[in-house]
Amino acid sequence: MTAAENTHDWLAEHGDYLYRFALARLRDPHLAEDVVQETMLAAMQGGGHSGKSSARTWLTGILKHKIIDQFRRQQRETSLETPDDIADDAPGMDEFFLDDGHWNEPPQSWGDPGSLMQQDQFLQTLQDCMDKLPKKLAQIFLLRDVHESDNEEICKELEITATNAWVMLYRARMGLRKCLELNWMGGH
Amino acid sequence: MLDCKHASRLVSQSMDRRLSLRERLGLRLHLLLCDACTQFSKQMALLQQAARQWRSRIENDTRVSLPDDARQRIAAAVALKTESLARQNPDQNLTD
Repeated sequence: MTAAENTHDWLAEHGDYLYRFALARLRDPHLAEDVVQETMLAAMQGGGHSGKSSARTWLTGILKHKIIDQFRRQQRETSLETPDDIADDAPGMDEFFLDDGHWNEPPQSWGDPGSLMQQDQFLQTLQDCMDKLPKKLAQIFLLRDVHESDNEEICKELEITATNAWVMLYRARMGLRKCLELNWMGGH
Repeated sequence: MLDCKHASRLVSQSMDRRLSLRERLGLRLHLLLCDACTQFSKQMALLQQAARQWRSRIENDTRVSLPDDARQRIAAAVALKTESLARQNPDQNLTD
């Protein structure tokens, strides 16, 4: 079988899965299509997988690299790091706390975790909240908490320091938390 | 004693790095005494869990598939690349 025929089979058999895998991380259908294409081209030139791993595992491994590349391009395009993105006391953070360091509005219980995860509405609200976050913060949240990249990889790929990564993740999670509390709890 | 602002930061960072002994003790003491930060800490755990749940929902949602036009475009790109590779290396047969 030629490499092209192989690739044809891979696309038929694993195309949907790879597309959804990419969509769950990049969020954008066109970007997801692009990385699936890059993966197929790389797989074709790679000639094939060997060893025990299945074709799907092998293709997913290639796709992960393409997704990280895409994140890196996006971060570069999303303006240079502004002090606001990384400053500890950036605007927007103060609203969460009073001057004495106490919560402005103390976090409330979200109820039973088990049933929460079963609710489409909760996950849909999370998705809506991700869309509302500043792009850079949404991206680092997707990389760390959705894709589960480790911090070393995030710092290397996004060219930021560990401290900056922690600050940006904190801000992303604080923003999502607030948004979930307003939009999900608010609906109950 | 940590304030809530500092404690919330440590809760978030504990998801990304190993806190120092001093930080861990300080945070534990604060959480013992502070209901709001205890709720916050639970929310952070839920948020992380929800992020993964959301991901696997999408990954396993068989109603979502690679659009046909994208599939055709990708197949065409592969065919084009195969041709150009064959031209570059006429001697080399692209077989397994």
